[in-house]
Amino acid sequence: MPLNIDWQQILLHWMNLAILVGGLYFILFKPVKQFMEKRDAYYREKDEEAEAKLAEADRIKAEYQAKLDAADEEIRQARAKSQQAAQQAAEEQLTRAQAQAQQLLVHARTEAEHDKEQILRSSQRELRRLAAAATKKLAMEKDPFDQFLDLAEEGAKHEER
Amino acid sequence: MKQHKKGLALWLAAILALLAGALLTGSPGHSEGVQEAMRDAVLHDINQVSLFGLKDVNPGLISAFTVTAILLIAALCIRIFVIPRFQFRPGKFQMILEEAVGLFDGMARSSSPHRSRFVGAYIFAAGAYIFVGTLFELLGLQAVTTHGHSITLPAPLSDINAAIAMGTLSYLVIVSGGIAGNGPKGIGKALKEFSLPISMSFRLFGALLSGLLVTELVYYYVNLSFVLPVIVGVMFTLLHALIQTYVLTMLTALYYGEVSEPSPPKEKKKKAKKAA
Repeated sequence: MPLNIDWQQILLHWMNLAILVGGLYFILFKPVKQFMEKRDAYYREKDEEAEAKLAEADRIKAEYQAKLDAADEEIRQARAKSQQAAQQAAEEQLTRAQAQAQQLLVHARTEAEHDKEQILRSSQRELRRLAAAATKKLAMEKDPFDQFLDLAEEGAKHEER
Repeated sequence: MKQHKKGLALWLAAILALLAGALLTGSPGHSEGVQEAMRDAVLHDINQVSLFGLKDVNPGLISAFTVTAILLIAALCIRIFVIPRFQFRPGKFQMILEEAVGLFDGMARSSSPHRSRFVGAYIFAAGAYIFVGTLFELLGLQAVTTHGHSITLPAPLSDINAAIAMGTLSYLVIVSGGIAGNGPKGIGKALKEFSLPISMSFRLFGALLSGLLVTELVYYYVNLSFVLPVIVGVMFTLLHALIQTYVLTMLTALYYGEVSEPSPPKEKKKKAKKAA
């Protein structure tokens, strides 16, 4: 054969290569690859676990956020309700106070009218009494002109002295 | 400081003594000429080695068996002593092993996404064989020829038979991928690339042989065999090892992926049916 090609030796080389390929596959390639796959699977599992935990944490966070929102809404509603109640109470109180004030005013007016009448009556009575007293006095006492004259005489006597 | 100088002087003296010894030692009598050496490096028809007394074979075959034995023993040692101690946080050696396996497995997956398990294992072994086999010549292991001469075992793939075996086996792997992926159509697909086994074989053989010839030439002349082989031998061999490993494994994975890719269903028949 040209170039010293020998089929028998080629077959021996094939056999050698077959032994090498099989041997290296079973002894080295497969175990190393299996280990690498095992490690990949381990880290993938860890990754999935972490993702699941993250998702769970997100879910819990969302749940608590919803609860917080609900609580906020409840607080807001309670506040609005209490504000409304307070406003209503204030309005009621104002109405009551206004009614009371009106009542007081009416009462005061009535009382004032009554006092006025009473004062008027008492003043009339006093006037009558005074008039009576003056009449009586006038009737009992000297004539003013005479009194004047008496006083004038007394005054002349004084000057003479 | 004095000890340092003494050590340096001793080292220089040893180098000079060895140089003088090498120059003064006479020729062993008959020695092959450069033409003979070159011819033998290509054809291996003179210096043959007996294979357990059964047959005279090229030294390349002995190298191939030795490389396989070295690889399998190393793999066995790693399997027994290293792999059971693998950890999820890898050490340096574990990283190298994982990198090697991952490199070929990744190459197989990217080139042949449909069917990558077998081709990954094959290119891993082929890559290890070519790389270690090429570096093997640096060891300078000796063998005795049938004529009683001592020769240095060459790289296995510098033997044409080893290169043909590697190329044709790779081609067979590609054909098997075609059959596994597409059945009889796959054979047709693979046979289209009929020049592949020849190109693969002779590319390997040519690349390895050229390195061998350059090294042979350099070693043949005493004047060139100092310092220069460190650069020529080691650097060229390393480059050869890397380049040839990459080229053959990449080509095998690429063609394997091409022929094992499932063919899309034919549109014409469907259209014809629809029209009918």
